[in-house]
Amino acid sequence: MGGYEPLYHALYELSSAAVIEEITKSGLRGRGGGGYPTGLKWATVAKMPGKQKYVICNADEGDPGAFMDRSVLESDPHRVLEGMAIAGYAIGANHGFIYVRAEYPLAIQRLTKAIQQAKKYGLLGSQIFESGFDFKIDIRIGAGAFVCGEETALIHSIEGGRGNPRPRPPYPAEVGLWGCPTLINNVETYANITPIIRKGAEWYSSIGTAGSKGTKVFALTGKVQHTGLVEVPMGTTLRQIVEEMGGGVAEGRVKAVQTGGPSGGCIPAVFFDTPVDYESLQQLGTMMGSGGMIVMDDATSMVEIAQFYMDFCRGESCGKCVPCRAGTVQLHEMLTKIVNHQATETDIEQMEALCQMVKEMSLCGLGQSAPNPVLSTLRYFKEEYLARLRPEVETFATAKD
Amino acid sequence: MSVKTLKIDGKDVAAEEGTMLLQAAQDAGIQIPTLCFLAGLTPAAACRMCLVEVEGSHKLLPACVTEVAEGMVVQTHTPKLQGFRRMNVELLFAEGNHVCAVCVANGNCELQDLAIALGMDHSRFPYRFPDRHVDISHDQFGIDHNRCVLCTRCVRVCDEIEGAHVWDVAQRGEHCFIVSGLHQPWGEVDACTSCGKCVDACPTGAIFRKGSTIGEKERDRAKLEFLVTAREKHQWTR
Repeated sequence: MGGYEPLYHALYELSSAAVIEEITKSGLRGRGGGGYPTGLKWATVAKMPGKQKYVICNADEGDPGAFMDRSVLESDPHRVLEGMAIAGYAIGANHGFIYVRAEYPLAIQRLTKAIQQAKKYGLLGSQIFESGFDFKIDIRIGAGAFVCGEETALIHSIEGGRGNPRPRPPYPAEVGLWGCPTLINNVETYANITPIIRKGAEWYSSIGTAGSKGTKVFALTGKVQHTGLVEVPMGTTLRQIVEEMGGGVAEGRVKAVQTGGPSGGCIPAVFFDTPVDYESLQQLGTMMGSGGMIVMDDATSMVEIAQFYMDFCRGESCGKCVPCRAGTVQLHEMLTKIVNHQATETDIEQMEALCQMVKEMSLCGLGQSAPNPVLSTLRYFKEEYLARLRPEVETFATAKD
Repeated sequence: MSVKTLKIDGKDVAAEEGTMLLQAAQDAGIQIPTLCFLAGLTPAAACRMCLVEVEGSHKLLPACVTEVAEGMVVQTHTPKLQGFRRMNVELLFAEGNHVCAVCVANGNCELQDLAIALGMDHSRFPYRFPDRHVDISHDQFGIDHNRCVLCTRCVRVCDEIEGAHVWDVAQRGEHCFIVSGLHQPWGEVDACTSCGKCVDACPTGAIFRKGSTIGEKERDRAKLEFLVTAREKHQWTR
């Protein structure tokens, strides 16, 4: 109901600056994981000189166990298109791209249909609602590389190049798609725009915590009884999400929840009364991420979880920078050694040192956050690592057997 | 052109606006280690050797692409940085098959120089011994992927200076390798002009002139500098 009314309202009753002001006042922060204030990002791109600007929607959702964006794209693609059009009006762009992964064929099909419908009714294209505002949206399909969710790699991929990240600054807001100022937001962020324009910033900011406004969608997976998507106000505790909405685990106890995917970390059950927002999760050594929540029970080995994520990062590293390309390989090998009861305490120390190095030296977010699952499980579950060490020091004679 | 003043390793430095930290440090007599950087080519900021600590920044910054700023306070050789750099070089040695004893670049290799400068006596990471190949199909040159550190200097020099774009990177992560043409043997790539700039740009013995043996690789870096100066400043001086 009321589809594209907020766009009409924005075009005819609000100036570009007023739209940005409304988004800023709402307190909306980037839902892709970084949590950067959306209004500030829009204002930055709007202020950039240059006639040509672009709007990009990052729909390259790649975290294992995360499917929030997929659900929005498949069930309500118009909402995302409208959010992008409002963004285009606000920052002065006439062209938008949705970068969606090829693994989401239904989402691509429905987006394509939605774009056709919107064009037919004059809701996209030239002179939208017979105003002076033109905005067209094209789809670009990703070829299955996780790193293309990183904004600079995503831009290179849209340009037709190899999906490699580049150092920032300059940020895409300044130098983006084909060198033009570019606004990149995630699917869920755009999906939050229309309710803000329709119901106002005050309404939106009344939901959530002091620093994190609105609601957040989480994908509950793993050992939890009721898997699926939940949308909760920011500040809801992990206990409410996992125990009440998710129904806890079938057998035994909930041991931990993994948030933030391969960039995040594990939160042990003792911290389940923490209200979930960007800051609280960071303090616990993990991050909001795009919203994946994997529930683990007593039977889950945290060392194997760390090994799984490192294997993922090793396979998804683009190979451009040395710490990520070669460091994730060595970290994965070290974790495998621990899992196989072949490591000593020295190996753990060396692994921690390498984690620190990969974190601080890598070029993009993938490498910089790849050690997080290891560091967070080491922080809360070190005994599991120690229990996996080589049982006894082998003598030369026994080693030969 | 305005001038920025900053402090590098406690030394007062003045540099023109737009100068990168790496250049500013070098002009002040401070050598920041590099591997993928080569003057005249677009910086890749990929090797991470030139990362430095800048006061007020919570991240380490690559000196090759970080512009000087007024009042900047930079540290280039802290124990933390040197420790990270050594690990970085060890990762490179463990990743490829670097056998200095039989390498054309022995004694004239930037990877070897880095290892020496960082006091590396062994690699703390186990060697991976990857299965890599050698391509000697070109009549003048060869490429030994065992010695490649994926700095992409060859890719950039061929694309940006020679304009032939013979090289690129194939695959991803640990499986990355430098690919010639459309993944053809180098000798069959029509685009190659046999100019040899990739040989001159390569920091290790990965790309070499046939006929040179152990320790005999020579590079004509002056040629690259000449071309860059000619193109950028229209001065043909050698």
